[in-house]
Amino acid sequence: MGEKILMKGAEVLGESAIKAGCRLFFGYPITPQNEAPSYMAKRLPEVGGVFVQAESEVAAINMLYGAAASGHRVMTSSSSPGISLMQEGISYIAGAQLPVVLVNVMRGGPGLGNIGPAQGDYFQSVKPGGNGDYHLITLAPMNLQEQIDLIYDAFELADEYRNPAMVLTDGLLGQIMEAVEFHREKDLSSLPAKPWATTGINHRKKNLISSFDLDYDRLEAINHQIQDKYRIVKEKEVRYESYFADDAEVILVAYGTTGRICKAVVDILRSEKYSVGLLRPISLWPFPEKILQQLAQKSTTKGFLVVELSAGQMVEDVKISVNGVKPIHFHGRMGGNVPSPKEIIDIIKTIQWEGK
Amino acid sequence: MSPELKQIFKPSPILTPIQRSFCPGCTHGVIHRLVAECLEELQLAEKTVLVIPVGCATLAVDYFELDTIQSAHGRAPAVATGVKRSNPDLFVVTYQGDGDLASIGTAEIVHAANRGEKITTIFVNNGIYGMTGGQMAPTTLIGWKTETSPYGREASREGNPIRISEMLSQLNGPAYIARTAVNSPKAVLGTKRAIKKAFTAQMKGLGFSLVEILSTCPTNWGFSPVQSLKRIDEETIPYYPLGEFKAVEGL
Ligand SMILES: Cc1ncc(C[n+]2csc(CCOP(=O)(O)OP(=O)(O)O)c2C)c(N)n1
Ligand code: SF4
Ligand SMILES: [Mg+2]
Repeated sequence: MGEKILMKGAEVLGESAIKAGCRLFFGYPITPQNEAPSYMAKRLPEVGGVFVQAESEVAAINMLYGAAASGHRVMTSSSSPGISLMQEGISYIAGAQLPVVLVNVMRGGPGLGNIGPAQGDYFQSVKPGGNGDYHLITLAPMNLQEQIDLIYDAFELADEYRNPAMVLTDGLLGQIMEAVEFHREKDLSSLPAKPWATTGINHRKKNLISSFDLDYDRLEAINHQIQDKYRIVKEKEVRYESYFADDAEVILVAYGTTGRICKAVVDILRSEKYSVGLLRPISLWPFPEKILQQLAQKSTTKGFLVVELSAGQMVEDVKISVNGVKPIHFHGRMGGNVPSPKEIIDIIKTIQWEGK
Repeated sequence: MSPELKQIFKPSPILTPIQRSFCPGCTHGVIHRLVAECLEELQLAEKTVLVIPVGCATLAVDYFELDTIQSAHGRAPAVATGVKRSNPDLFVVTYQGDGDLASIGTAEIVHAANRGEKITTIFVNNGIYGMTGGQMAPTTLIGWKTETSPYGREASREGNPIRISEMLSQLNGPAYIARTAVNSPKAVLGTKRAIKKAFTAQMKGLGFSLVEILSTCPTNWGFSPVQSLKRIDEETIPYYPLGEFKAVEGL
């Protein structure tokens, strides 16, 4: 700790989890995150942990369910098609109110797609992808250092709210190497108590982990309780980076890899005296609605440009937030392609920002 | 000599004293009783985690005074793997129907067995989907009419009934695999012996264990409870022979 080391994104995922007190990993190989399970297979036994290569992502997510039910910090990582297979299990985990951490290193889709970076699983993560009324606390880092922090925080938030948390990255973040520093390590003796966990009845009252209730009123009451919890999350856990957005005429909105590229765009354009800023959502759920509303109200703000590696998913949440107050433009790349700063700059310069 | 009253039968303290919602004559209830008796006699209840499936057995979330996890359809062996691997001192039991285990959950049971997960599966094979109203299961016998095999199951169309115990006993991971029935007092006692052996396999850390119990579904078979018990002898056992298919040394 305290020193910079050069690591690959997918391996950083693994070490971040261990630093957050995770000693269990269940996963299934899929590119571009294979280095995460490989890292855990090697590293977990060194720290007294357990790695199991599941027979499928369906099995992996259900192994998480069992381990989390028994009170342990547990994580899996996968990429788009694998996360699709996990949706039923994720819904059960949310319904049973269990803390787990999931990582989706998003790749090109739909279907098998390819292994290039993409952000096409935004809807699946924040709306979200399984059955019923639930949400994943969804955090999106733009570089590996931030990924370390967000994995750590994802474990904390999952435990605090008894809810699954998703760290949403992409094929680029999974594969790049960067110098990182692990500056936090969870003291295992300070992990939160989980009196609700199934650890054997052992002379106390029975613990039941379940999302099932035949009684309509009781199930509705549980749903209300879950929604009450979500209201607190929305109040307390919104995260974003506002980069020269306060006084900007043109505000870019982008997360993760595209957020990072847009940050470079802001630097370049600011050096040309162009009034551009960036609002980078870090929590995708809860979404930073309020700050977008406030930015939209500013007289200086002429409009927004949302940039994503998708056909336009987060842009819908930006539209809901801005609520027609200012124009919103969109630029998306797909298929594993990533826009260059120049590509985005050209678009900013061709948009008619004055005329509404 | 004053007449002394001796209690020779009492409710199991592991079974929650509430009314059961199973249909009259359904043998799920008998199997619950046997599981509870074995856990009690082997003094396992305090450290047991019971993994409940989707099917008529889902109702059992309310029936056992045990720490209990309700799992998705077919996934109980994966859930149990997560429990046991994270907490090896726990005693972990899955209770699954034949639609759950032999259809949607085939991958999970095969791989949990093959990894030799130190868990025990109680596999309740009634040859039909009870909970959803009597559809064909992979275990439904040739000729049986169900909601989704209304002309009777035909091998050329629906394939042959799957023999899970025989199949799993080919693997190295299982320590104990047996098939039993509960359609007579003698069969009930045999089932209890098998469950105890399966539990012992887990207690000794020998590997995966499973007891397949031939069960009834009077409601969806369209048979009376008594006829259902007879049907087990006449039709089910001839195709699904009783016995131990695997019992490793040290059991
Ligand atoms: C993913 C999913 N598919 C289908 C169902 C509907 N379903 C509930 S129980 C069941 C069949 C259960 O049959 P079995 O396992 O044989 O148990 P039994 O009721 O006969 O004891 C099905 C298909 C479900 N709950 N989840
Ligand atoms: S439907 Fe069949 S298996 Fe289910 S409780 Fe009734 S008799 Fe038993
Ligand atoms: Mg059945």
